[in-house]
Amino acid sequence: MTKFVKSRYLPATLIITGLIAATVLPSTGLVNDYLQFVLMSVAINAILCVSLNLVNGWMGEFSVGHAGFMALGAYASAILTVKLLPGAPSMLLFPAAVLIGGTVAGLAGVPVGILSFKTRGDYLAIITLAFLMIVKSGLENIPYTGGPRGMLGIPRLTTVAWAYFWCVLAFWVIRNLVYSKYGRGISAIREDEVAAEAMGVSTRSAKLVAFVTSSFFAGVAGALFAHQLQFINPSSFDILKSTEILVMVYLGGVASLGGSLLGAGVVTILTQCLQPLGTWRMVVLPALLVLLMLFRPGGIMGYRDWSWLKPRITKKLRSAKSKEAPLP
Amino acid sequence: MSALLETRNLTRQFGGLRAISDLSLSVNTGEILGVIGPNGAGKTTLFNLLTGIYPPSSGDILFNGSSIAGLLPSQIARLGVARTFQNIRLFRQLSVLENTRIAYDSQLAYSPVDALLRTPRARRREVESIDASMELLELFKLGSMADECAGDLSYGSQRRLEIVRALALKPSLLLLDEPAAGMNPSEAMQLLDFIRWVHGKFSLTIVLIEHHMQMVMALCDRIEVIEFGIRIAGGRPEEVKSNPRVIDAYLGVEGELP
Repeated sequence: MTKFVKSRYLPATLIITGLIAATVLPSTGLVNDYLQFVLMSVAINAILCVSLNLVNGWMGEFSVGHAGFMALGAYASAILTVKLLPGAPSMLLFPAAVLIGGTVAGLAGVPVGILSFKTRGDYLAIITLAFLMIVKSGLENIPYTGGPRGMLGIPRLTTVAWAYFWCVLAFWVIRNLVYSKYGRGISAIREDEVAAEAMGVSTRSAKLVAFVTSSFFAGVAGALFAHQLQFINPSSFDILKSTEILVMVYLGGVASLGGSLLGAGVVTILTQCLQPLGTWRMVVLPALLVLLMLFRPGGIMGYRDWSWLKPRITKKLRSAKSKEAPLP
Repeated sequence: MSALLETRNLTRQFGGLRAISDLSLSVNTGEILGVIGPNGAGKTTLFNLLTGIYPPSSGDILFNGSSIAGLLPSQIARLGVARTFQNIRLFRQLSVLENTRIAYDSQLAYSPVDALLRTPRARRREVESIDASMELLELFKLGSMADECAGDLSYGSQRRLEIVRALALKPSLLLLDEPAAGMNPSEAMQLLDFIRWVHGKFSLTIVLIEHHMQMVMALCDRIEVIEFGIRIAGGRPEEVKSNPRVIDAYLGVEGELP
């Protein structure tokens, strides 16, 4: 068993088993609609959480505009499925809609990324807040998408399998990025931006890559969200939505893939389980967050990850060559 | 001897303060140049100008004959100018290996798309960077600490790692900002041997800011002295040592009220 846990086939096995389960289980009737809804929510929230973690965790900035990128993805995809191509076969339409949602949000990430070249910390947080307000009030004033009433009658295209697929894709891509030279540059920015520049890290391209990737997946999550709820309006994407994602990031763990999964899972499932508590459930989660910040400021898995989530590269430990002049 | 680095009438103003004023220096290929001066003379500002952290207010900086004034710090670093910092600035939460790799990364050519999809090209480059970085760490006897957090290392090892990180850039010019700060005399003399060894092994040109006079005198081929951003003397160590203006700058002028 331990041998299998350490083997290189574990991630692939888990992913494929999961995908088969996600495709087959709903049609067997073993999993009811409510449970399916919760599973999809976990997957969508995990995408939001891991993508925000790229900026807030790995890069160490503080973006509160994630819901804005999500809104752009949700609206762009809904326009395609509701207004432009309402009758198209869903097997083709839906992947296209999600991709377009992600692309629109990703493009919106470019100006925010450029603004982050010169501003950071609190000031960048304010810029992302302004971005969120622009998106929200912009959407409220466009009659084409229903203004403040939003868009109704979005086809229910998000399935457990699709949500799962995009979630795996988001984690895979962000893992690849984090364990690449761009990802190391992103972490270096968090640690010391001046030193990063002095060591040849192009902080501009690292920031741009981080913001575009992060907002792309926020858009993907938005598209899945729109086609899960079948209804969106601008106030679904307010600062509270951003806060919800921030809670997942900081609860699960900053700069951690496993933490993002954990944060999204714990928050989503806990909010469902605490329904019987009524209004009091709004107290439990924040209280949990306060305790966590006191005793584990980085979150449950802050700055650490399960080894099966990391790419496998063997490190050759060479003994120093004896011919070399000795180090004084 | 040809000049690897040259500043021409370099000036940097902070509001009304001229931190560096009309400074013209040259650094010859292969030499170890010491930059000394009293506290606040503008030595670190000079390094910040040379590495692009501040753009010059006026004047020019030539590296290998072409102007680097106004380039981004990362662009200057990629041209082969590496530095260390007066107060150690490692990526403290990252491992020793990652610290080294980040500097080595500037030589890895792959696009963001390669990175996002982890293409075979990206994977090959990653392996290459690990191997090269490990080799460098082994050379400096830091190989066994590769996975430790840089912030957890001892002070001496952190100083050493900062130099290793700078070397991972494969620089031709290395700027050392007070490498002996916080060291006792015997540690400083050990550092002297270490810098000499690095200088020869990597065939570097070194510019050194240091207050530890014994070390500067023993190590440097040439010394430039600055005070209030102005060059007041320069030459071989023994010339500088006996220059009355230098003695005045350090000890104050006789009969003058402080």
